[in-house]
Amino acid sequence: MGLKIQNVTKVVGGETHLRQIDLAFEKGSRNVLLGRTLSGKTSLLRIMAGLDRPSSGKIIIDGQDMTGVSVRKRSIAMVYQQFINYPSLTVYNNIASPLKITGIPKKEVDRRVRETAEMLHLEDMLDRIPAELSGGQQQRTAIARALVKDAQLLLLDEPLVNLDYKLREELRVELQEIFRKRSAIVVYTTTEPSEALMLGGNVVVLDEGRVLQTGATATAYQRPETLRAAEVFSDPPINALESAVTNGRAVMGDNIPVPLTGHLTDLADGSYRFAFRSNNLWLSSQTDGDLAITGTVELAEINGSETFIYVHHGKSAFVVQQEGVHPFAMGNEITVFIDPKHFFVYGTAGQLVAAPPAAGPTA
Amino acid sequence: MEKWADNKAWFLVLPVFVVVAFSAIIPLMTVVNYSLQDIFGPGNAVFVGTEWFKEMLTDTRLHDALGRQFIFSSLVLMIEIPLGILIALAMPKKGWGASASLVTLAIPLLIPWNVIGTIWIIFTRPDIGLFGVGINSLNLLDVPFDHTARPSYAWVTLMAMEVWHWTPLVALLCYAGLRAIPEAYYQAAKIDGASSWAVFRYIQLPKMRGVLTIAILLRWMDSFLIYAEPFALTGGGPGNSTTFLSIYLVKLATGQFDLGPAAAFSLIYFLIVLLFCFIFYQALLNVGKGEKTS
Amino acid sequence: MARIEFDQIAHSYYPNPTVASDYALKEINTLWEDGGAYALLGPSGCGKTTLLNVISGLLKPSKGRVLYDGIDVTDLPPEKRNIAQVFQFPVLYDTMTVFDNLAFPLRNRGFNNTDTTRRVHEVADILDLTPDLKRKAAGLSADAKQKISLGRGLVRSDVAAVLFDEPLTVIDPHLKWHLRRKLKEIHEQLKLTMIYVTHDQVEALTFADQVIVMYEGEIVQVGTPEALVENPRHKFVGYFIGSPGMNFLPCTLEGQNARVDGVTIALDPETAALGAKARGMLELGIRPMHMEVHGSPVDGGVPVTMKTVEDQGSFKILTSALNGHTLLSRVPEGHPVPEKQAWLKFPPQRTKLFADERLIR
Repeated sequence: MGLKIQNVTKVVGGETHLRQIDLAFEKGSRNVLLGRTLSGKTSLLRIMAGLDRPSSGKIIIDGQDMTGVSVRKRSIAMVYQQFINYPSLTVYNNIASPLKITGIPKKEVDRRVRETAEMLHLEDMLDRIPAELSGGQQQRTAIARALVKDAQLLLLDEPLVNLDYKLREELRVELQEIFRKRSAIVVYTTTEPSEALMLGGNVVVLDEGRVLQTGATATAYQRPETLRAAEVFSDPPINALESAVTNGRAVMGDNIPVPLTGHLTDLADGSYRFAFRSNNLWLSSQTDGDLAITGTVELAEINGSETFIYVHHGKSAFVVQQEGVHPFAMGNEITVFIDPKHFFVYGTAGQLVAAPPAAGPTA
Repeated sequence: MEKWADNKAWFLVLPVFVVVAFSAIIPLMTVVNYSLQDIFGPGNAVFVGTEWFKEMLTDTRLHDALGRQFIFSSLVLMIEIPLGILIALAMPKKGWGASASLVTLAIPLLIPWNVIGTIWIIFTRPDIGLFGVGINSLNLLDVPFDHTARPSYAWVTLMAMEVWHWTPLVALLCYAGLRAIPEAYYQAAKIDGASSWAVFRYIQLPKMRGVLTIAILLRWMDSFLIYAEPFALTGGGPGNSTTFLSIYLVKLATGQFDLGPAAAFSLIYFLIVLLFCFIFYQALLNVGKGEKTS
Repeated sequence: MARIEFDQIAHSYYPNPTVASDYALKEINTLWEDGGAYALLGPSGCGKTTLLNVISGLLKPSKGRVLYDGIDVTDLPPEKRNIAQVFQFPVLYDTMTVFDNLAFPLRNRGFNNTDTTRRVHEVADILDLTPDLKRKAAGLSADAKQKISLGRGLVRSDVAAVLFDEPLTVIDPHLKWHLRRKLKEIHEQLKLTMIYVTHDQVEALTFADQVIVMYEGEIVQVGTPEALVENPRHKFVGYFIGSPGMNFLPCTLEGQNARVDGVTIALDPETAALGAKARGMLELGIRPMHMEVHGSPVDGGVPVTMKTVEDQGSFKILTSALNGHTLLSRVPEGHPVPEKQAWLKFPPQRTKLFADERLIR
């Protein structure tokens, strides 16, 4: 049971948006499509919805080929990036609109509208029209409209991207709760790794129309199978420095020797990319085994809880994530530290060679 | 975006096809049919090939009418477009003034075309018309004003009528175009110290290009096909001075009953209009393209 | 370049404002130092764009005076104030080339060709626009267009201040940091007074030396990014800055301790002393990242019930309940997460006290 995408390719005007996608979604599962802008997330979502037809391949729903079936005959609900509501209808009627055409008794419609509105904290605004709502409330209305009809397939295309970050914080916590209670297949697209991790479930990492990786979201985060997947699934993108192992000795970046211990033991001679996430870099040495990397500060970005320091090192660059707010003058020299136990090792073709042992007691 | 190939959708388009077939394709085919035959009576027609086309293409009266038509359409366009822009620029942007001027502008567009001809006949009459009596009382003209008295009077009257009738359309289109320009452009121009002329030349005019394209196309086509108003006002005279293509065509077809030549003429007429629309459209399109790609 | 001063500025969009809520800007006195990098941060509708328009002269305030280097410019139109402004979306002269766009403000002011060409090339160089100078502006990408808008402001060497009204709204997310860096570089190079309006804390805190937080038409705090995070002067700043925002708990004082629903939380002695003198409703505030989370009872730890865990990759956000109050805490990747019960420690130095929404200490 569920939704299957078989060998789906989508070509629009000579440009390939999706390449041979094979995916399966289980009933009641939460799924995240994670990828950068133009990675094919929306194209895939539209094909799943039946809004677009794939250039080749099949969409199988509950064992039935639904590839050519129009969106009206499928049980789907979709939420878009833009806040799409009927401008002349009240919030109540907006939420009720998908039910009215189904011929459900009025009383039942009323019950479900009020229940859904309450879930999204809209109960006090049912009489307003969308123009009288804030952006966050408009999107809540759109989400309520999608939830109210209990569709088998609930699609959300970056629903929070146009909201202020404070509203985004609130709403994504609530969504997590709401999805947990659903029996539908939920598919949620996002560009943000943190959003993917919060929603949990399964992840599909997309890049340039290809599936890079699938699996449980937490596992995929801890073990990105390719360097590209690691970049997409890290914010800021994972840092990678050119490295080489010759005669059992490893050198990284601007001639930094790396001891080959732990998961790096037995690394064969050859060229590699040693990759590490920004939050594993520190401004002071944490353990004796820490490597020191020096560079110049390009920019320090501050988000109120963390500081992201963009550092130039030799021919490459990396980002350091530090908790708290720290001013850094541009152009200054900086030394940062990292424990090689956090290194991901990728081959020259980008394939994972070695990954850190599963992190932390909560993994 | 690719759409579902749903065959049922064709049924929804079908009525339009039927209507278009009856209103355009079938009459056009009839005209083509006429243009290739000499018709003496019912069931008595001879195929003449391109005879009528040759005749019409060498007809000096047609050449004259065509020349008149070009001059008329160009003059009208040259007045209507700048005037429409000026009116749009002068219109209030909000408040009751905006609605009032919109309604006022719309009035000429709501009056039937032959009624407009009649209105102007009365308006310009030398005995009772406001304009006719008014201008003659000034004693500026050597021959007293009467739109049938001189070709130049007839032309002035016709053009004034055409401009009065259709400039509001251009103004309304331009107004819509102007309203669509975000406030930030004006603010930026203020900060850059731009003069009002520079604001017009570099912000308003470029941003109105889309609506101006439509305005020019519509007005060119319409004024090229003008019939009802000159027919009502001058009937093509004095002499042949206001005999435009359409008036000549009607004279030929219904006056002299030369159906064959008239049909050939219609087709030539049709092609000329089509050709000019295409040229204008391409020209205006290319102006836009240069900005996007070069 | 200039030092800009607001003397009792207030503005209302209504003709006859009576109550405080009629005002988009309530009385504002502030100073923008010459060469400073400022950010105006606040949610939509807080009055930040109104304030920006008062600086540029696009809007004449209902009350008060605007001074540039001590000279009253309140009645001067924008073109007389030597202001540059970059808008939310790129504002360009579509039919002109990039060069002509940049030269436009100079030509309007009657500069000769040699000077114009020299200045345009200088500015194009700074903004990496030199290769595009001959192209039509309309065909460029959004970030290049936004750089042209910026360049039109920078091209006048006498510009008093450069104003930015949410300039990165239409820029692709992964190009944003490149432009943020460019803006910072320009500030370092040209030492211009720059004022940047945004609702995005990353943009504000990254760009500015001084951040002005606005809330409902008032300035609630002016300070460095560290000050806003460490010592929010108003509850709103605590909530708005930081992801997630500060936790607030209504409390009473009992000697050196705060009492929250019968639970004792130790305070810094000085904080407690100041709090004892304060009037109004007392609230305790602490940032999620400053709380210590323990899986077993510790000295001074407050027992809470664990509710949810949000894994965000490099950190986790834990939601817990303390007698009906919700508390958020933030732990780094790899930190142990208690399951049902946890003990939270409130480091006294990090625990703030608020009276009627204003910071005591």
